[in-house]
Amino acid sequence: MKIKLKIWRQINAESKGKLVDYSLDNVEEDMSFLEMLDLLNEELILKGERPVEFDHDCREGICGTCGLFINGRAHGPLAGTSTCQLHMRSFKDGETIYIEPFRGGAFNVIRDLKIDRSSFDRIMSKGGYISTPVGDAPEANAVPITHDQAESAFDSAACIGCGACVATCKNGSAALFTSAKITHLAKLPQGKVESRARVLKMVEQMDEEGFGHCTNTLACQVECPQEISVSNIDRMNWEYNKAKILGKGD
Amino acid sequence: MIQQELREQLLDAKIPEGPLAEKWSRYKATCRLVSFNNKKKLDIIVIGTGLAGSAAAASFAEAGYNVKSFCFQDSARRAHSVAAQGGVNSAKNYQNDGDNIYRMFYDTLKGGDFRAREANVYRLAECSANLIDQAVAQGVPFAREYGGYLSNRSFGGVQVRRTFYARGQTGQQLLLGSYSALMRQVEAKKVKLYTKHEMLELVTINGKARGIIVRNLDTGKIERHGAHAVVLATGGFGKIYYLSTLAMGCNGSAIWRAHKKGAFMACPSWTQIHPTSLPQSGSHQSKLTLMSESLRNDGRIWVPKKKNEDRNPNDIPEEERDYYLERKYPAFGNLAPRDISSRAAKEMIDAGHGVGPMKNAVYLDFKTAIAEYGEDTIKERYGNLFRMYEKITGINAYKQPMKISPAAHFSMGGLWVDYELGTTIPGLYSLGECNFSDHGANRLGANSLLQACVDGYFIIPYTIGNYLADDIKTGPIDTSQPEFEEAEQHVIKNLEKLTKIDGDRTTDYFHKKLGKILWDNCAVSRSEKGLLKAIEDIKQLREEFWQRLKVPGTPQEINSELEKAGRVADYLELGELMCYDALTRNESCGAHFREEYQTEDGEAMRNDEDYNFISCWQYNGFDQEPILHKESLHFEEAKVITRNYKK
Repeated sequence: MKIKLKIWRQINAESKGKLVDYSLDNVEEDMSFLEMLDLLNEELILKGERPVEFDHDCREGICGTCGLFINGRAHGPLAGTSTCQLHMRSFKDGETIYIEPFRGGAFNVIRDLKIDRSSFDRIMSKGGYISTPVGDAPEANAVPITHDQAESAFDSAACIGCGACVATCKNGSAALFTSAKITHLAKLPQGKVESRARVLKMVEQMDEEGFGHCTNTLACQVECPQEISVSNIDRMNWEYNKAKILGKGD
Repeated sequence: MIQQELREQLLDAKIPEGPLAEKWSRYKATCRLVSFNNKKKLDIIVIGTGLAGSAAAASFAEAGYNVKSFCFQDSARRAHSVAAQGGVNSAKNYQNDGDNIYRMFYDTLKGGDFRAREANVYRLAECSANLIDQAVAQGVPFAREYGGYLSNRSFGGVQVRRTFYARGQTGQQLLLGSYSALMRQVEAKKVKLYTKHEMLELVTINGKARGIIVRNLDTGKIERHGAHAVVLATGGFGKIYYLSTLAMGCNGSAIWRAHKKGAFMACPSWTQIHPTSLPQSGSHQSKLTLMSESLRNDGRIWVPKKKNEDRNPNDIPEEERDYYLERKYPAFGNLAPRDISSRAAKEMIDAGHGVGPMKNAVYLDFKTAIAEYGEDTIKERYGNLFRMYEKITGINAYKQPMKISPAAHFSMGGLWVDYELGTTIPGLYSLGECNFSDHGANRLGANSLLQACVDGYFIIPYTIGNYLADDIKTGPIDTSQPEFEEAEQHVIKNLEKLTKIDGDRTTDYFHKKLGKILWDNCAVSRSEKGLLKAIEDIKQLREEFWQRLKVPGTPQEINSELEKAGRVADYLELGELMCYDALTRNESCGAHFREEYQTEDGEAMRNDEDYNFISCWQYNGFDQEPILHKESLHFEEAKVITRNYKK
């Protein structure tokens, strides 16, 4: 396959970036999208040019490191697929592909396609946990959790924290990311205890970071590689209102 | 002579006295403690935020120590523990199928071909029950039965159901549990978290580990950090083969730099080759994706009886299929341990029965299971894995068998540690996959998440106190000491050297070449001839690396190529040590299969008389042959037998 590329190049957060044209002549259909970028970088290095910086690690769709805006869509054209699991067979011979970093909300470009998502960690540190001491815990089977309850909690817990939801949202909202954690923990008996304090603190941090508001466009759900449902946002709003009205205690 | 005596003393495994089942409780009852008020005077550095690292950092912080936690990823949640799929073992015996601590201990020891320390393995099984309690309390959504109780499945090498799982994402869910515990301590200001920082040197003062030199990967800035103890939890180094199931950034650099500072490496060549990865499809490939071993609960492995078969698998009738694992190992069938399954697959492929365009795979077929349980049940059990398979290959595995192939996966070998998880450098500890401790020559499935968690949550919080009790009056470690200065200069020089070669070959070129040498000579099977050649080839490749490498940019900026080059430079030394390790062990055990030492029917031939020891390697200078020390193994309670998964 022959592929034309328009890739966002930006030296650092302060500088202005631009799209730069490249072309590759020997792309194979079985290559992953990131392997195509590896190929480009090999060529650039040997030509003495600066290779394209991009985020990636596990290359099996679970670490959440990679994230590219491909032809105007977070993680590219396939539903439920992260950038690293996208393969070149999803593109046509001779096609021009636009590659940009995830932008929006509190995300900043570090260089080229690499971004700063530390805001997600700060949201998590405000309450994305159950305050259980490490080392000792009650017997695991002491509190039964129904099969459906556990599966439903898992659906929310499956978020990989890639930021596609933010990048694709016209408001740059982190509602899907934040709500998935709030919902995962609120659905389990162990997490219910502090669910009110949790939702207030996490939402406050989300706002403080500069993420936008959710206006229910549902775009986040469409682009999420883990197919996290927007019903998590409903649950977050419900938990939030409950906490606001009833207070942290009861 | 004095040096020699010191070495012998350093190799004391510190196994507590008493019967096997009481060793750990005796240790806990008698080890020295640091009081709560004194803990805040003590600093601990933890490298790596996977299960072992984040569990340790969170546990230290909660106990009251000051913790600095480092990872090269942009978030602690992304460490490669996240990718473990199948599950975590625990001797809860919820299934009432005859499981208990002793049986789990024995399965693990036997699975490792009796090349692990008895006391360590027993402790792993002993702590396993508590881990499940801990994870459930953290909100890990393990699979449940309809009545609300925890569900289990089976993994290779055992005959009970003791594996707990969260769909095919158990590692992710356990890691999110330990990550959340870590972030809770970050918020409490007991942990200072440094993401995008890579450890490039260990600093020792008067023989003790007292700090590290790191590079900020976003800015290129070199930093010094001091502490009273340094804990390495940096994971496995299987990425040395280039093609592996590991993440692109996984590396052996932290442990290698520690090794060069005096920490011994144990059995570094013992690498688990996972039998169920996706096969390589071309030379461009950067990664081999794993398909969880749990699939072998319901999938049947086969190859066509005819060589060079090119019919569609669905057109090959039953009588022309060879379900070779079921045939050769009837008692365990498709759930034979990983080393045995990988070797059997390689045998079939080498004999011309391989399938797929590169003839490098075998089939994993769900037809029987779908007929028995229905597609919906199979979907619920493995839905995400089938989806992943289709994304990568474009093939629907509900309709056609999967094609799978062996791939480099887990490092059983690593830094040598004693019972306290201490290395041969006082104050330097090693946890999880980066150490050699519990798995012997072959790890059983679902024991790696377990070991990482147990090391981090349950063992190191006790054993580090036993060491730090001496340090309560030391005061903060001053990083302006000459040892820090020297280590920093060494790091800076090394980075400059890499960028200044300005040759004509990229880092990946060298990494791929090294990977090929190791895969051909020091992976599924090894021979003296191959290993000797590999050592020469690696030496030559290393020379070429330092003459022809090209790294763009400078060390004073963000530079992914420089990060890679540093890791590959270390791999080019570690790879050679792996070959020495394999070469000097004239027996076959577990994943270490020496072609010269096999039984008539091609099984591993262990030699307990001459090789009942752990090979411990001491660094002896660049381009110098390493020095071998031995830690003898003593089996007091376990009956040492020849592994047999046939009956």
